[in-house]
Amino acid sequence: MPFRLEARPEHSRLMGYASPLVAALLMAGAGFLLFPVLGREPLPALHTFFVTPLSSRNGVAELLLKASPLMLMAQGLAIGFRANVWNIGAEGQLTLGAIGASLLAIRYDGTTSPWLLPAMVGAAAVGGMIWAAIPAFLRTRFHTSEILVTLMLTYVASLLLSYLVHGPLRDPQGLNFPQSIMFDQSAMFPLILEGTRLNASILISLVVTALAWVFMERSFAGYQMLVGGLSPLAARYAGFGETRAVWLGLLIGGAVAGLAGAGEVAGPLGQLQPQVSPGYGFAAIIVAFVGRLHPVGIVWASLLMSLLYLGGESAQIALQLPSAITGMFQGLLLFFLLGLDVLIYYRVSWRHSAAVPRRAAV
Amino acid sequence: MIDLLVPLLAGTLAAATPVIFAALGELVAERSGVLNLGVEGMMLVGAMAAFAGATGSGSLWLGVLLGGLAGAGLAVIFCVLALNLLANQVACGLALTIFGVGLSAFVGRAYVSLTLRGLGPVTVPGLSQIPVVGPIVFRQGALVYLAILTYGAVSWFLYRTKAGLILRAVGESPQAAHAIGHPVLRIRYLATMSGGFLAGVGGAYLAVAYTPMWVEQMTAGRGWIALALVVFATWRPGRVLLGAYLFGGVTILQFHAQGLGINLPNELLSSLPYLATILVLVLISRNYQTIRLNAPASLGLPFHASD
Repeated sequence: MPFRLEARPEHSRLMGYASPLVAALLMAGAGFLLFPVLGREPLPALHTFFVTPLSSRNGVAELLLKASPLMLMAQGLAIGFRANVWNIGAEGQLTLGAIGASLLAIRYDGTTSPWLLPAMVGAAAVGGMIWAAIPAFLRTRFHTSEILVTLMLTYVASLLLSYLVHGPLRDPQGLNFPQSIMFDQSAMFPLILEGTRLNASILISLVVTALAWVFMERSFAGYQMLVGGLSPLAARYAGFGETRAVWLGLLIGGAVAGLAGAGEVAGPLGQLQPQVSPGYGFAAIIVAFVGRLHPVGIVWASLLMSLLYLGGESAQIALQLPSAITGMFQGLLLFFLLGLDVLIYYRVSWRHSAAVPRRAAV
Repeated sequence: MIDLLVPLLAGTLAAATPVIFAALGELVAERSGVLNLGVEGMMLVGAMAAFAGATGSGSLWLGVLLGGLAGAGLAVIFCVLALNLLANQVACGLALTIFGVGLSAFVGRAYVSLTLRGLGPVTVPGLSQIPVVGPIVFRQGALVYLAILTYGAVSWFLYRTKAGLILRAVGESPQAAHAIGHPVLRIRYLATMSGGFLAGVGGAYLAVAYTPMWVEQMTAGRGWIALALVVFATWRPGRVLLGAYLFGGVTILQFHAQGLGINLPNELLSSLPYLATILVLVLISRNYQTIRLNAPASLGLPFHASD
């Protein structure tokens, strides 16, 4: 290799901030190279993808609408990730949250009580927490990998949802479509921007963001989790239990994913459907990383990731490209970020290979 | 009862096949110390490439080869990030799966409604006439046999060849292997790419033989189940085979539940493979020492020659 990596004596704060930005630029650069391959003019295509969605008031509202669940879930996931608790089943916890909220909305259909919506929010959080408690219990009691259990439960959750919308929760007057009744006004988050779909659930995301900041930066429990992630041995020496970190990490992640589920069914969907999320639970993992597992960074990252969803829709309409292009860009963004992050801990030293003193061949 | 048992067991062998390929591949990578969580992504891209290759060229076997190469190609991305650039292997694997899901869905859009005459069964002359055993074992698709041969090849390689010994040494202690002159990165590259190739072939089996068509996310979590099986198998090929057949049996059960007089909601039966996977994971990891003693010591840890 023409270069080698040398460990930095101290890690670079600058690269910590710069690498998400450079990664986003590289992702756009990859798009610039990719669009001609697909037979599209690169600059107009990039414009369609990244600028057109933001050029109207409605577009900005949609950006916030989609950023909201991503922000919410990424805040919860980041707390776990920082403690080395790998909850990658937020998609399933979101589904259980959606089911929990919908059960109340359907059971109390027709009520005008102002308590219905808060109760749905509570049920959603409980639903997500129940789903996350399973891997937490199995990890702390039986050392079972939470990565694999949270993921397996995501598939189980989607089958459970499918069973409910095809059976017990199906709208009896719905012409056999697998979906629930449309929710009443009292079971929906109020709209907060006239003429758009932006609703009050984004306030939950912002409050959770503030709470996540306080938890991670100011609370002792958050500090204990941080130490546990950075140095498990030091944490054990200091008496910070791993069991506690696993439970906290998973329950917080599950609760907020559940809330995101409520935001979908009591927001843009307005009913329970066979699919309640276009993969927000997985995209939130990327948001957490791109946001540097930091509450403020996650806000920016969620906006970027939301833009990728809108860009995919825009490309589908204007360029006739499959909207699955969003997933490709999401993956590329994470690739670039992970690759660039090496520069936080190492620096590149360019040398002629001949100048490197070679060891005698063994 | 025999009438029911024959298709059940024959189906079990077929359903286990994609998971055998993927899990054996991941086992090779993990024995070299590399934890690649991107199996699901590599399988999907393999399935897509195989289907596209088979419909484009008319040759199913060329499709299978392309599927394997596509899986290996995706593994190279993982290697660059995790091995050269020392990125967190868990995060890289997740990124690989997210990218693989997106890439296969994007490229696959053009193939959604196409059908393919899939690989048919190979009837072994003579042996297939044996009652009961014949139709179960000797009328399977060629890839079902190939999966078992791959098991033999992987076992032989890991335990009976010098290269296999070196690979395992790298997984246990890359520092020691490096110190006596073994190229740790090159060995891990090759192991991870072999893992990607096998995951791609596993995906290819789904798309050109098991259900010869392309559907988005058609692997339905089999890549993750393969990862779980490697843990269940405590990193030993023989137990991978056992676990895969167990998985195959549970998977196939849902199609024969009615015949067996089991009246449960379809969705519950479909979720059995995932629940069974959780169950076997719990059973095996319950004894923490088993995992500690059997897992490659450097699994998931980055290696930098200056360390």
